[in-house]
Amino acid sequence: MKQLTIISGKGGTGKTSITAAFASIVKNTVFADCDVDAADLHLILKPKIKKTMVFKGLKIASINLDKCTDCKQCFKSCKFGAINEDITLNKELCEGCGVCSYICPANAIEMKDRKSGFSYISETRFGPMSHAVLKTAEEASGKLVTVVRNNAKEIAENKNLDLIIIDGPPGIGCPVIASITGVDLVLIITEPTLSGIHDLERIHSVANHFKIPSLVCINKFDINTDNTKRIGEYCKRNDIPIVGKLPYDIIMTEAMVNEKSVIEFSKGSLSNEIIKMWDKIKLRLNA
Amino acid sequence: MIISIASGKGGTGKTTIASNLALSLRNVQFFDCDVEEPNSNIFIKAKIQNSEDVSVSYPIIDKKKCDYCGKCSEFCAYNAIAVIQSKTLVFPELCHSCGGCKLVCPNDAISWENRVIGHIEHGTADKIDFYQGILNVGEMQAIPVLNKLKNKVDKNKNVIIDAPPGTSCPVITSVSNSDFCILVTEPTPFGFHDLKLAVDVVKHLKIPFGIIINRDNIGDKKVESYCKKNKIPILMKIPHSGEIAHLYSKGIPFVNEIKKWQEDFLKLFEKISEMVKQ
Repeated sequence: MKQLTIISGKGGTGKTSITAAFASIVKNTVFADCDVDAADLHLILKPKIKKTMVFKGLKIASINLDKCTDCKQCFKSCKFGAINEDITLNKELCEGCGVCSYICPANAIEMKDRKSGFSYISETRFGPMSHAVLKTAEEASGKLVTVVRNNAKEIAENKNLDLIIIDGPPGIGCPVIASITGVDLVLIITEPTLSGIHDLERIHSVANHFKIPSLVCINKFDINTDNTKRIGEYCKRNDIPIVGKLPYDIIMTEAMVNEKSVIEFSKGSLSNEIIKMWDKIKLRLNA
Repeated sequence: MIISIASGKGGTGKTTIASNLALSLRNVQFFDCDVEEPNSNIFIKAKIQNSEDVSVSYPIIDKKKCDYCGKCSEFCAYNAIAVIQSKTLVFPELCHSCGGCKLVCPNDAISWENRVIGHIEHGTADKIDFYQGILNVGEMQAIPVLNKLKNKVDKNKNVIIDAPPGTSCPVITSVSNSDFCILVTEPTPFGFHDLKLAVDVVKHLKIPFGIIINRDNIGDKKVESYCKKNKIPILMKIPHSGEIAHLYSKGIPFVNEIKKWQEDFLKLFEKISEMVKQ
């Protein structure tokens, strides 16, 4: 079984639209939406949920003020500033470490499970999908990414499918690292803007750091050809194959508005370019 | 007054709004809180004058004292310590520096060491006091970098905060304590869906907010009707324009090229000031 993650560093370069396009090309594949903070792939894939599981993230401190002797040990020991001096809890800041509960001489603090979201196993018109929702202002999105990936692996094993395509989150931190560790290949979607180039270099360094081979797709390559050239030079220097150069086309947005992948929505040149790109990725995946 | 700019979805134009607003106002403190992918200085062009490391502590195990009882590993909520037979392994990237392992160790075998996970930078451009945080490649935790960065906020000044995309911890740390939050969206299904998530976050944090629609006239009208229905003020609309997109691609803030926008951003600031006063 192979795993491909689509990342970008910078947000809004087209990760989800391109993942959805691949979904309508490939067969025998599980799709995993690992942008659990702001998941959008379901808007195009329209999954029918088959199984819902509660996601328990980090635990959370629960203070029983009846038992509290106001010794302030918890306040002094919390490294996250989650306990105020009046021994009230700042929920958003609690990282669930358990130090307050351990140190409390009056046994007034209990670490409780925290329902931080849900993970889902679903069916779509393109194949099975693993996805999740993180509740508002909850932590542990990296942990939820791992749950989504494990669910996807389980589906792939049970149904004997040979590929998992992962729609990754923006950035380079915890959820991104959780989305790419152990995958066979990453596809970096970039755009020819100075921000896009800066972020491409950072995300490529992360992939390198974890020794994962990268491919690059330049989306909207024609909005600034000088910058596209610069991306080309960077990729050449760093030995990264550019597998696709997609023109700017409003059809990408129109497809999204119609809740379809661009491949389903249009038989035009953009769709052709994406199909050609997928053929190149397939070769790399099976190499 | 502290104004933060957030979005839920990435690439909707947070940095564009934040940097153009700052350049129209001058005399502001500016914070690029997207420490994973900071881009604001491509537009602000501040000359960086100083830099401070951001360090976090992690446990060091004294092999002579450790008897592999496993209490530290059992306590650690982040799987940052593993005890395998006669070996205690520490994974510094996973450690949240809570201090629990040292507390529970019966043999006093744990001490602390610091390691650098990123840095914060300060510089000036014209009259903008510019700060940004940068997380090192391969590091997981943006929060310590953000905390150090936000320590520099001077509440008595006009402060502009460019938040990262998403809705979880780094966003919450970035926008908390703001007087007002601008949510930037685009009128597409993805933009709309993630806007609703971002609205939940700012409501949860009880921060007054308004919306800017970027690339107006692509997509559909759902964002507008949602705002109308929920009485959310639309503060500004920026049209989908080849000129603006091209300037962006070259790192040129459009207020510098199209003067009309400078006035619009000043008006935006006045509007927000009024809303905050009320």
